[in-house]
Amino acid sequence: MSRPRSTGALGGTSVPRSALVTMAATRRTVLRGAALSSLAVGGASLLAACGGDSGGPASGSGATVKFGINEAEGVGAAHDRLAAIAQAYEKESGTKVALNAVDHNTFQESINTYLQGTPDDVFTWFAGFRMAQFAENGLITDLSDQWPIDGLNDSFKQASTAADGKQYFVPISYYPWAVFYRKSVFEKNGWEAPSTNDDFMALMDDMKGKGITPFAFGDKDGWPAMGTFDILNMRLNGFDFHMSLMAGDEAWDGDEVKLVFDTWRKLLPYHQEDPLGRTWQEAATSMGKGDCGMYLLGTFVVDALGENGEDLDFFTFPELDSSIGSDALDAPIDGFCVAAAGKNQDAGKAMAKWLGSAAAADAGNNAADAPFIAANSGASTSTYSDLQKKSAEVVGAAANIAQFMDRDTNADFASTVMIPSIQEFLKNPDDIDGVTASIQEQAASIFG
Amino acid sequence: MAHIDEAPQQERAAAPTPGKEKRLPARDRLTVIVMVTVPLLLVLFLVWLPALGSVALSFGKWNGFGDIDTIEWVGFQNYQDIATIYPPFWPAIQHNLIWLGFLFLIPTPLGILLAVVLDREMKGSRFYQTAFYMPVVLSLALIGFIWQLFYSRDQGLINDVFGTQVDWYGDPDVNLWAVLAATSWRHTGYIMLIYLAGLKGVDASLREAAAVDGANEVKTFFHVILPVMRPINLIVIVIVVIESLRAFDLVWIVNKGRNGLEVIGALVAQNVIGEATRYGFGSALAVIMMLISSVFITIYLRTVFREERRG
Repeated sequence: MSRPRSTGALGGTSVPRSALVTMAATRRTVLRGAALSSLAVGGASLLAACGGDSGGPASGSGATVKFGINEAEGVGAAHDRLAAIAQAYEKESGTKVALNAVDHNTFQESINTYLQGTPDDVFTWFAGFRMAQFAENGLITDLSDQWPIDGLNDSFKQASTAADGKQYFVPISYYPWAVFYRKSVFEKNGWEAPSTNDDFMALMDDMKGKGITPFAFGDKDGWPAMGTFDILNMRLNGFDFHMSLMAGDEAWDGDEVKLVFDTWRKLLPYHQEDPLGRTWQEAATSMGKGDCGMYLLGTFVVDALGENGEDLDFFTFPELDSSIGSDALDAPIDGFCVAAAGKNQDAGKAMAKWLGSAAAADAGNNAADAPFIAANSGASTSTYSDLQKKSAEVVGAAANIAQFMDRDTNADFASTVMIPSIQEFLKNPDDIDGVTASIQEQAASIFG
Repeated sequence: MAHIDEAPQQERAAAPTPGKEKRLPARDRLTVIVMVTVPLLLVLFLVWLPALGSVALSFGKWNGFGDIDTIEWVGFQNYQDIATIYPPFWPAIQHNLIWLGFLFLIPTPLGILLAVVLDREMKGSRFYQTAFYMPVVLSLALIGFIWQLFYSRDQGLINDVFGTQVDWYGDPDVNLWAVLAATSWRHTGYIMLIYLAGLKGVDASLREAAAVDGANEVKTFFHVILPVMRPINLIVIVIVVIESLRAFDLVWIVNKGRNGLEVIGALVAQNVIGEATRYGFGSALAVIMMLISSVFITIYLRTVFREERRG
């Protein structure tokens, strides 16, 4: 038997090129691409095999900190950025960083086994419910002594905080969900980004009149339509209700949720038909070709278009209820946690703090051809595209930021109940009572 | 057939008794003990322990955090939930049965037919063998990609060529059949190869004798070859049953077993190996799958043992 490798070039290169094309930068679920699922089964043991014993001093010069990242070598910018950040930290602190690069999907699906086995000291993760769940179960280390971190504002601190009021997470980047459109298509038709609900409806009717489907829509993978649910719920019932619903504290068969589905039902005629057979990449392509006018998605929409996004612009989903406003949106935050079972806690914490700095973000962005939008306000924006500059502005102006349904709620609930239920609704939009009742029954069983 | 088999059985039953007093030398006994216990332990630890573990877990609720003592025991709640409030379950059972019926009716006979045709050593038969077997060898990721190219609603080959707008993967009334077509593509080659291997082993003199007796090809196959191939036929049947019960891979690649493509295997995976960690619930599904499989396994084993007793 060969010795376990301490840095795994797991999977990355063996994945077919075809599957990698769409995998570029940010969105983790991109990697859920069916092609990779076969890796998942073997993943847990491989991840565990990446551990080992550590020696040497605990921190500072000569110490080693293990850094688990959820991007395999060869996937492009996403991996290059993290690798560059690790190198920059080595140079800066003299601490040796042992990189453990694991395929994105595998990393995600094995996270439980990973954290309870022999995890790396610092690892990539997301803000939101699951981070808080790890905190609650004592799987990640309290980082409140490392906060505040220069350049990370209160909303990021809030997003890094678990139920006990302590911080367990250090953010590095984020991306917003918004309504994307082709500038050229809007210009040609004399359309403008709508600011009120009336403008919005008028715009969609005009598009339909001109034979263009207003919204591109694809939900074959199950998660993209969650974005639509999220934004409608935040616009109709407000951010606080949305978060409390996600936490399992509100009824899914109440009037609020029914209102969301009912509004969605009325908007469905403005969406592309047959969404359940279409991937988000295909939907993005129809928007790119001008068959559809708009597409509600994360900024990773540019990845599917194979261009740098110069002809793309976006607006946040308009207000639906004037008493609620339109100042909340989904903007998932990526960042780092320190594993409680990691061998080198001090070095891990020190590194986590540094990872939140502007220097870390700059190191990553300068090394890759596609930058991320840094969470740190001191980070340089010189490498940003126009789209990213605007994203930073919009998210900065938002009063409330949600993390997307599958990060804001129990993963069991999101993937085994909400995905099939939303798909059921899309198949049969008139049976709202049936769908909401079924969700509620299953929610009661899961949230107990 | 059965009536002539009774006699030898009696003889054999009488045979072992005299050997009983004969003791094996110590070394041989040790060998026997090792040869029995090692596989036995392997089976216990690798098959029975995990299987019983699943059964135990299926009575609990556990998200995988913390030790075993954090499992909350809920009795039959998981099973009750599966049968009552878990919408994908009954469609999944139905789809597995459709899968079984379909494999038996279309790709299996087709694979056998191809094997018989290719067995005739026609020109280029090697090439055809490879071509038909190719789908079995291809990696799953590639297969998913190939069929996506055919079936994509907006950009797929089928809709492009025929000018149709069928939502092959998204329409729950259509997608099961689309996936079954893709499965057949693979299954046919598999069955073909197994059958071909069997046919190569058939004594050529049987065929010659049949030809001398004036039987035509079809008659020869059904009255001579097929009965001789009995062990292979049994293997084929078992393979078809197992393949359809554990139907999983293509479905998982298409849409993770949702929206019209629910099958039990995919439901287990959704609940356990994905991001979701409903270990109790997933185990309950797995136990149900195990129970259904064991019905078929029992039937198979009974047939095999009966066969051996006859032999």
